[in-house]
Amino acid sequence: MSDERAQKRPSAVEILATYDGPPLRIMEVCGTHTHEIFRLGIRKLLPPQVELISGPGCPVCVTPVGFIDEAIWLAAHGATITTFGDLVRVPGTSGSLATARAEGGRIQVVYSPLDAVTYAREHVDEQVVFLSVGFETTVPAACLAVDQALAEGIANFSLLTANKTMPNAYAALKDSADVFLYPGHVHAITGTQLCEDLADQGVSGVLAGFTAKELVTALAVAVRKGGEGRPFFVNAYPRVVRPEGSPAAVALIDKLMEPCDTEWRGLGVIPQSGLKLREEYASVDARRVFDMPHIEGRANPACRCGEVLQGKCKPSDCPLFGRGCTPQHPVGACMVSGEGACSAYYQYGGEVL
Amino acid sequence: MSGENKVTLAMGAGGKQTAELIDRVFARRFASSLLTADDAAVLDAPRGRMAMSTDGFIVSPSFFAGGNIGKLSICGTVNDLACMGARPLYLTCAFVIEEGYPLDKLEQIADSMAATAAEVGVTLVAGDTKVAGRGQVDGVFITTTGVGEILEGVAPAGDKAMPGDAIIVTGDVGRHGCTILLERDDFGIEADVTSDCAPLWGSVEAMFLETHDIHVIRDATRGGVGTVLYEIAGQSGVGVELDAASIPVDPAVGGVCRMLGLEPLYLACEGRLVVIAPQDVAPAIVDALRACPHSQGAEVIGRVVADRPGWVVLNTEVGTQTLLPQPTGELLPRIC
Repeated sequence: MSDERAQKRPSAVEILATYDGPPLRIMEVCGTHTHEIFRLGIRKLLPPQVELISGPGCPVCVTPVGFIDEAIWLAAHGATITTFGDLVRVPGTSGSLATARAEGGRIQVVYSPLDAVTYAREHVDEQVVFLSVGFETTVPAACLAVDQALAEGIANFSLLTANKTMPNAYAALKDSADVFLYPGHVHAITGTQLCEDLADQGVSGVLAGFTAKELVTALAVAVRKGGEGRPFFVNAYPRVVRPEGSPAAVALIDKLMEPCDTEWRGLGVIPQSGLKLREEYASVDARRVFDMPHIEGRANPACRCGEVLQGKCKPSDCPLFGRGCTPQHPVGACMVSGEGACSAYYQYGGEVL
Repeated sequence: MSGENKVTLAMGAGGKQTAELIDRVFARRFASSLLTADDAAVLDAPRGRMAMSTDGFIVSPSFFAGGNIGKLSICGTVNDLACMGARPLYLTCAFVIEEGYPLDKLEQIADSMAATAAEVGVTLVAGDTKVAGRGQVDGVFITTTGVGEILEGVAPAGDKAMPGDAIIVTGDVGRHGCTILLERDDFGIEADVTSDCAPLWGSVEAMFLETHDIHVIRDATRGGVGTVLYEIAGQSGVGVELDAASIPVDPAVGGVCRMLGLEPLYLACEGRLVVIAPQDVAPAIVDALRACPHSQGAEVIGRVVADRPGWVVLNTEVGTQTLLPQPTGELLPRIC
């Protein structure tokens, strides 16, 4: 192609601005995508008939109320809870881990599951539980931690799992969107075969990276191909995502964990969309170590996080948004995490700009 | 004896050993005709109006890449005075030292204080030394108080920003906060980042030699440049518009921030000013700043607008506008 023709090719921003095809609903599935799209103001590049929906890709946001209740129950029964910081303020049925800590519970914030193993090694008289949430991206690290604890014979370390996997979630959400913006880091682990298969089943998607250029490019692909109306899959993040993913990480997950039905906040139970520790790893499964009863959580009935997660309403449509529910005093999980749709909407000026 | 190399409770008891500690560590380094053994310093009054400020320093760790608590304690108060257009004249310093603190580290702290004060031309005129029992204080805490002489015809203040003014920062943002975060080693990240901790009177004086038409000067400390801009927007009842691409950020600081999801505009600085002045004098101010050693990286990063009073808006790299999220308080405790 000559230089002149290359220059005439429209930029990704122009493709978005000049789209005149049918209405399109694009769902970004990843919480980091949600955050970056808000931070960069990318929504404003889209024509009115293209709607961007923040899907269920923030681990904190999709973790059900009952899981927080379970963690609080463990803290009340003598466990030391180790967790990523953003779970601490997520409201359970009554109270959060922050209030459990104020009442004397041992809640330690860690930055990696391996830090939780280190804590267990240094506190042999405590039963240390790591709250294992997140998708295929974070599960391998939790598995590594278990592997290391078992190899060292550390007997006071276990996981409380609420891990999720994407394949069946895509299937459950396929009617909520015309095109998925697939999460780059999940597929860096799992590869792209699933996305190809989904395209064969009529579900379209673009795999996106995280920089401004990568996101805008992926959206331009989504708009151009989506407007054509035929199912498609494009890997727009090839510098990181290989078709085969990371076989080593997948093998590690498979060694320790197996699929299970699991509850997603707002979406209900999606069959075989979760991971739990295999039977032979019962000694590191906190639910079994502590012989925990079944705990059913109840969310604040006014909170509309569930509908936000399905793209059925905007954060500002929720009666609590910005009034009872702010990043400083969150009611729903989508307001707690920096990756949550409500938090991003609130912080980056959904109401002001 | 090893005991001689550490601060003891007796050294804070006011007797002979206190005198020896002061003599060994402080008196010889801070020596001047104004620093006497009497109960108070006796000083000439400044000409015209004066500015006075006090600040406590409890940074952890007390030594970090690019400085230590001693240098910080001089810079902090000097910069507060400088922001009012005041030439720093006199400083006092009060130490609270933990029993067992190594004397050689205390000497390094005093060395840094003396060197920084000498660079600015400010005189340490009085001091106090207390020793607290082990665990009652962490290492060493310092409080400094300063008096400065305000330049004639100069009155910068936070409520004077006007629509149309340019917004200048005197260098790349967020280095001190990033340095302390890395020194604490909670994240296992290694990066080559040095604190921006520096005394800025020279930079302020250079600006005022160029023009007196400067509306606001603020040093961006704990809450970083973002917090300062929100404060000014509130005080002046104006909006602030920043161009994201022109905000200077050291590549290593930017990398750490992306890994941890932090906003560099909200990381602490200890040697950076936000300056707001009319557009027509901004280029001359930037040139004057760049000629000074601690503000060579000065840049215009945005402008004051009448729209959306109280808000800070960013023009992003993809050509859209977003809000800078509002400040949520300190990211890290004990940053300064």
